[in-house]
Amino acid sequence: MMRPVYIAGDNIITSLGMTTREVIHQVESGFTGFQRYNDRSLTPVPVPLSLVHRDLLNAKFLEILVTRHPEMHEEHFTRLEKMFIVSIHDAIKETEPALFGSNSLLVISTTKGNIELLEEGKKDFPDPGRIYLWKMADTIGSFFGFVNRPVVVSNACISGVLALSTAARMIDAGLYDHVVVAGGDLLTEFVISGFLSFQALSPEPCKPFDVARNGLSLGEGCGTVILSSDHKKSTAVMVSGSATTNDANHISGPSRTGEELAMGIVNALKEAGINPAEVSFVSAHGTATPFNDEMESQALRIAGLQHVPVNSFKGYCGHTLGAAGVIESIATIRSMESNLLFRSAGFNEIGVSLSLNVIRENIHTPVQNCLKIASGFGGCNAAIVFRKV
Amino acid sequence: MNEMLLITHWNIIRKDAVIRNEIVELSNEIFVNFATFIKALYKKEVISYPKFYKMDNLSKLGFLGAEMLLKDTAFLDRYRKEEIGIVIMNSSSSLDTDLAYNETIKDKSNYFPSPSVFVYTLPNILIGEICIRHKIKGENAFLVSDQFDPGKVIEPVKLLLDKDHAQACLCGWVEVLGDRFESVLFLVEKEKLIKEYYPLGGYSPFTIKSLTQFYQNK
Repeated sequence: MMRPVYIAGDNIITSLGMTTREVIHQVESGFTGFQRYNDRSLTPVPVPLSLVHRDLLNAKFLEILVTRHPEMHEEHFTRLEKMFIVSIHDAIKETEPALFGSNSLLVISTTKGNIELLEEGKKDFPDPGRIYLWKMADTIGSFFGFVNRPVVVSNACISGVLALSTAARMIDAGLYDHVVVAGGDLLTEFVISGFLSFQALSPEPCKPFDVARNGLSLGEGCGTVILSSDHKKSTAVMVSGSATTNDANHISGPSRTGEELAMGIVNALKEAGINPAEVSFVSAHGTATPFNDEMESQALRIAGLQHVPVNSFKGYCGHTLGAAGVIESIATIRSMESNLLFRSAGFNEIGVSLSLNVIRENIHTPVQNCLKIASGFGGCNAAIVFRKV
Repeated sequence: MNEMLLITHWNIIRKDAVIRNEIVELSNEIFVNFATFIKALYKKEVISYPKFYKMDNLSKLGFLGAEMLLKDTAFLDRYRKEEIGIVIMNSSSSLDTDLAYNETIKDKSNYFPSPSVFVYTLPNILIGEICIRHKIKGENAFLVSDQFDPGKVIEPVKLLLDKDHAQACLCGWVEVLGDRFESVLFLVEKEKLIKEYYPLGGYSPFTIKSLTQFYQNK
């Protein structure tokens, strides 16, 4: 890439906390965020879910509302919009003055946005038009005063990685100097019933890459990353390459060979100017469905990364859909800042046909170049490479 | 200096007309509904692809747009399949199918969520369908914005082509919500690569001006 694209700030909101620091502290200590829910308005059968604390989120949102927009009303925001606002507010605190010129952009990543507005109980929401993803994004953008209209990425489970990739390329091309990338999705009956209909949900918290893995666990959350050509944190991490590919095989099943994800990994490493031996860590998609994890392990083998330490963050906060790529990239960046790789929660015994180097215990080790990968419905794959300067 | 990007083929599908490379074919039929319309178009284009009938409305429309765009060109022969990118945008994402899926879960006494409907509650499934049909394996992105905006179509495509993330791109706008729909698709290629194939011209610059002209040709 021609211009540097630094990480200048971040935030994670999940069941484990309302800031990156809180969430990573829990992860470091080995805690996971699943609870078994039996709420009929959410799920027809009891399943483990990772849900954001409702009252805590609301309290945080109200604090921000009274300081930024005392003239506005809480009821005019959906729960997802509140989560985006709380996440972005926290992420931009140090870079804020630089972000609201014509050289800045907000990119929103989501799969289902305000889909809960279709529910009977939400019929009285004052602006039903916010079911449109662009209208939700406009609401969030104007709340903070972004000059340019936000860009919305909605590309299934690679949305978050694709949003980061698109944002980094925009800075690289000189279109913007700062891009705020925020990914978020809620768990609603809509989403949970759909994954249940696929018989894709595990009755126990998911076990990525494990021999006993039995499907995915869903989570909700939001992640925000500030990408900037000049602002950086004390430990400077930058985006050094990215790529997407398509399997061209099946709309709801992954590639049989993993060749297409491998191609994306190879392209991203090539742009980053590194070879596989220089990769310190891979943050896998690791949904814990039998086919996904097998496909990923094949792809890592083809790309020459079979022996590199790998984990899946899904075992901590579940599959957070449009937020996953952003949240898991932040966790990766945090590993780079602290030279600490996190164990892959839920993993015990290798259950894919290749012997991947799945992380069993937290490891203190120098972490230099990292790869984050994702795959999703529609046959899409994405890869992004981060480099510590 | 980035090289010039050119539109080599384009088409628009609307209720009242199908426009291909500036040739307008007005519809003789009275519009009844989307389902009748899209089935008639499928038959008229003489395509045999049984999977078409399983697709949701958004995928059917974009699939046919892509089919009509590619069928009489050598576009697919000019590139390796991983060199071709697809960037599609629309306004309502997959809302048309979201509403259909919601009908299957809202009544607890008549509850029948189906994976074959749920999978289409993601707009990028359309890109997946086009990729499967033509074995296209390059970069893909589905973006959402309030209306067809030439500048917003051009920006992400230039990001792919200028930096060689892709050598050519199928891109545009595919929107469906109930009986309101519109598909506007383009094949975009690099000047250097295509000059030999089009010695007599017949292409247009990939600019806001061209996209606006094509779009307004109602």
